[in-house]
Amino acid sequence: MRGERRLFGGLGFSLSAGTLLEVRGPNGSGKTSLLRVVCGLLRPAAGKITWKGRPIAELADEFCAEIAYVGHLDALKPELDALENLRLAARVAGLGTAPGDSVAALRVFGLAGFERLACKALSQGQRRRVALARLKLAARRALWVLDEPYASLDAAGTALVRATLEEHLLAGGIALLSTHHEVESAAPSAQRVELGP
Amino acid sequence: MNTGINWFRYSSPQAFYPLAGAMAPWFFWAAAVFALIGLYIGFFVAPTDFQQGEAYRIIFIHVPAAWMSMFIYVVMAFWAGVGLAVNTRLSAMMASALAPTGTLMTFIALWSGALWGKPTWGTWWVWDARLTSELILLFLYFGFMALQAAIDDPRRADRAGAVLALVGVVNVPIIYFSVQWWHTLHQGASVSLTKSPSMAASMFAGMLVMALALWLYSIAASLVRVRAIMLERERNADWVKEPGSAPR
Amino acid sequence: MRGSLAGAAGAVLERDLLLALRNRSDAASLLIFFAIAVSLFPLGVGPDPALLRSMGPGVVWVAALLASMLALSRLFAADYADGTLEQLALAPHPLGILVGAKIAAHWLVSGLPLVLIAPVLGLQLDLGGEALLMLAASLALGTPALSLLGAVGAALTLGLRASAMLVPLIVLPLCVPVLIFGAGAVEATASGIGAKAHLALLAALLLPSLVLAPWAAAFAIRIALE
Repeated sequence: MRGERRLFGGLGFSLSAGTLLEVRGPNGSGKTSLLRVVCGLLRPAAGKITWKGRPIAELADEFCAEIAYVGHLDALKPELDALENLRLAARVAGLGTAPGDSVAALRVFGLAGFERLACKALSQGQRRRVALARLKLAARRALWVLDEPYASLDAAGTALVRATLEEHLLAGGIALLSTHHEVESAAPSAQRVELGP
Repeated sequence: MNTGINWFRYSSPQAFYPLAGAMAPWFFWAAAVFALIGLYIGFFVAPTDFQQGEAYRIIFIHVPAAWMSMFIYVVMAFWAGVGLAVNTRLSAMMASALAPTGTLMTFIALWSGALWGKPTWGTWWVWDARLTSELILLFLYFGFMALQAAIDDPRRADRAGAVLALVGVVNVPIIYFSVQWWHTLHQGASVSLTKSPSMAASMFAGMLVMALALWLYSIAASLVRVRAIMLERERNADWVKEPGSAPR
Repeated sequence: MRGSLAGAAGAVLERDLLLALRNRSDAASLLIFFAIAVSLFPLGVGPDPALLRSMGPGVVWVAALLASMLALSRLFAADYADGTLEQLALAPHPLGILVGAKIAAHWLVSGLPLVLIAPVLGLQLDLGGEALLMLAASLALGTPALSLLGAVGAALTLGLRASAMLVPLIVLPLCVPVLIFGAGAVEATASGIGAKAHLALLAALLLPSLVLAPWAAAFAIRIALE
């Protein structure tokens, strides 16, 4: 429920290793809310989410150790530079990164040379890349939940995200993303859910 | 397990609405009766105090109102806590319904305290421990209502209000204790509404009856208010929309 | 893959302190507000030293209280707006501990400076040496409690319009005991009675808050994130 409006109901799906689920729908159809329900940030009015057979409410921190979430907001501090943002975020999320990992992640996402620039000096697309670079560090997290990952990205950025996603799926990870862009699915076998008014 | 009425049936707004509507008038009438008795005792039966004269009779309103203001806060926090723990909407609505009545009781306590102070000590306000605690309680009520008013999403409003009410109820004894401490440290003087004249039995009886009257009134007012809240919150539910099916 | 709780809490602390360092003017503005607020009282009631001396402890304490309320708008609001707070909620560590780290950083930046400059302001109000020390000591015990209580209020009002007015309304009544014992400690020292009881009571208020407030605030944050 959003305020007093029911967004969606009667939804059910299960994802196993190596699957990608794309949630599509127009603005306001509840894509973000669905993703947040899966992460445990939002409690559904009815129904439940289970991970490996156990409800996530029970698993709490254990479940959090298995997900990586990149939401609408970049979660970047404008006064800090890209490297500081990434390193501190990784430590908070318990990603267990080694010293050179953050630099490498930024390089993969095409930000080599921009690591030491305060994030407020970066363009919106560049900031989105920094936010997504976190995924390179989260390879060991089984479930990736991405809200509009392609927003603000140019063609090169979009290709980078798709490549990272494919790598993750091949390694046996699960990914759940929402998009309203007409982007080709990252995996041909992707499942789809359409949310509508 | 058939112990008669199945109380859980009444935890849904739809079932409670008619019940509240039926109960409220009874409570109003009972409150009126007890109020008349209490005021009679207070103004005619209880003896005149030789120190403070007739003016002290305001105590029959002041003290019961003060008791009620604190009691209602605790009840409000209780229902808010239940709503938080068990996720029932009606408990949260009840907590929201109680707040304005509790505020009213606090106002009455403060005003009656002022009316007492003027003829007795010549000032409209006295920083005595009870009045000061009542003032802080008033702010606590205001904070609760302001917080709920500022949040549009009713579910978040309920839950945030519940956290605030619970934090408040834990703090109320601490605040009361600290205000007592503050008062005894700063005041050698005997300017204190708390030091009331030694109680004749009739005075105490009068206060109890008035307290009962205020309690019954509070229940009645809250029942009426919770019905209004139910209508507003559940306005999209069938039982509210269908004119024929709406219970009385 | 979890990482250690201490590492995560340390990262939260480090991040907030780093941000405070890059936004030094915020902390400075708060101190200036504190000084101005204290200076307003003599302007309002007249410069009679005896009057100022008797009002001094209360005045400095009330100004510290108001400054704390102002500072609360910098505790969670920015993180809530840019998405950092929801990442904290998703971290595989108890949110209460991470929130505690944020409150600690907040106190270091907004509370500790008040403790340090309060004696200087107390001089303006003609307070004596021992009273000035007690002013610092009582604020050292009191300002963390104010930050902790305030954190609950700040967490409850995340994202609401007019939260800057709402937070003082809901937090100030809860801070009354801290004010009474804190200012009382300084007065007791100034009049020679001794403030041991006051300090003990301040500690008695601080310790449960240390344990309970971060969890209440974490709970309120989750409510706001829904």
